[in-house]
Amino acid sequence: MKTIRIGSGAGYAGDRLEPAVELMEKGNLDYIIFECLAERTIAIAQEEKLKNPDKGYNGLLEYRMDKVLPLCVEKKVKVITNMGAANPQSAAIVIKKMAEEKGIKGLKIAAVLGDDIYDKIDKYMDYDVLELDAKLKDIKDQVISANVYIGADGVVEALKNGADIVVTGRIADPALVLGPILYEFGWDSEDHEKIGKGIMIGHLLECAGQITGGYFADPGYKDVPELWKLGFPIAEINENGEVVITKVDGSGGTVTTQTCKEQLIYEIHDLTAYVTPDGIADYSDVTMEQIGLDRVEIKGATGKKKPDTLKVSMGYRDCYIGEGEMSYGGSGAYERAKLAGEIVKKRLEYTGVNIEEFRIDYIGINSLYKDQISDAMIRERSVCKEVRLRVSGRTAERMDAVKIGNEVEALYTNGPAGGGGATQGVKEIVSIASIFIPREDIKIEVNYEEA
Amino acid sequence: MKLREIAHSRTGDKGNISNVSLIVFNEEDYRLIEEKVTTKVVKEWFKDIVHGEVKRYELPKLGALNFVMDKALGGGVTRSLALDKHGKSLSAALLEMEI
Repeated sequence: MKTIRIGSGAGYAGDRLEPAVELMEKGNLDYIIFECLAERTIAIAQEEKLKNPDKGYNGLLEYRMDKVLPLCVEKKVKVITNMGAANPQSAAIVIKKMAEEKGIKGLKIAAVLGDDIYDKIDKYMDYDVLELDAKLKDIKDQVISANVYIGADGVVEALKNGADIVVTGRIADPALVLGPILYEFGWDSEDHEKIGKGIMIGHLLECAGQITGGYFADPGYKDVPELWKLGFPIAEINENGEVVITKVDGSGGTVTTQTCKEQLIYEIHDLTAYVTPDGIADYSDVTMEQIGLDRVEIKGATGKKKPDTLKVSMGYRDCYIGEGEMSYGGSGAYERAKLAGEIVKKRLEYTGVNIEEFRIDYIGINSLYKDQISDAMIRERSVCKEVRLRVSGRTAERMDAVKIGNEVEALYTNGPAGGGGATQGVKEIVSIASIFIPREDIKIEVNYEEA
Repeated sequence: MKLREIAHSRTGDKGNISNVSLIVFNEEDYRLIEEKVTTKVVKEWFKDIVHGEVKRYELPKLGALNFVMDKALGGGVTRSLALDKHGKSLSAALLEMEI
């Protein structure tokens, strides 16, 4: 039975490079994916593109391709990545130039386009925004990017046309993996059960090290060998859609049914309906079996037909967040930090700073879990000998956000005793909102560059 | 007994919704968590943090539950004022629960 091997070389935009190099060198791969695009990343990339039309692709593209391109040729590993971010076309041109500089010939680079619908959003002004109790027209002046989650079609087309490297923008993460699977096995796009299996495999791989023991270790409970040199995963996939997750021999980390279960459920809501542009996967009958050291066989995913609508992820200018922090130590640290927090709160009210939402945290006491869970975990707050006060607030105007940090810093000369290490900052917040549009509105286009 | 003794967990985030898995180390403990870790006790445990509905999905074949908690992330990763904007630390909080 035909089997292919797909590796996962990045789980987020800034991920490590050397585990990907190790995968390409020693993983006997057919394909490697690099998943480098979070929801907000593309909105930020779109702003870069507005400043410079040649930019807007992943900032580490050149850094990664410097190592990846020679291995792509030497080891005959095809590369599929969403590092195109807001500008896949430019990314493809950059890769072509880099290949030429390295004397690499015969490399075909595909740019998958069609996800960027920023110029076309006028027709959706009456659509409901998922995250807000609003229509799109209510936030239209703030919107800075609009990208549709596209499916695997563009990747399949690129591979059919002989692409060695496929660069996309806002593609659904599992589609980076489903693309080569569909191309290699020629599954019918209406074979919902198989598509469901392919989506699951993509979902398992998309976070790279998160399935090989990354973000898993808990000493004494979940031990992971040599986490410092974590190896990234390989999926061995057969034409029936059955998969074994493994990693390169000798790399750090671990692949067990436990690591695979954590990743399977990660960022999933209804386990019978994981919606992607290519289909709706159902994980409710999935089973896992440890069939060897660092080898887990996963079976039983199914699926349902693809949705009629596609999700559009829009970045919009939202608000400002101002923050300030100060530390208190020794006996009475919590009491002094609490007094400091009360002072800052009263000062902001007294001086008329306009704040939409406000929060005071005592780091080391309740900053992660608020009071109920913190009380259950820490019986006596007064025993804490180091507490960091953190004050944060959301504002519509930058100046109001600045004043939050200023009031914390003013505690140096006006607050309780012994405060130290004040910091402050203001961030402009680009948030994400979504609408759903008809699938027929989207046309995928694939352009090719050849070195 | 704390849940940590018998299960592990990971949190994911989508918008203002957090999902927290609960996976038993030994499959024979699945019935125990299925019985004890109801949406009611989870909602009560997270009441300071989670302001929406808690739903539970069951995966008996994997010995796992998945809790999907609405309005749990202070408006979502981008606009949350929380130190842990993704709610990544919520998994460890669930494991602190006594059953």
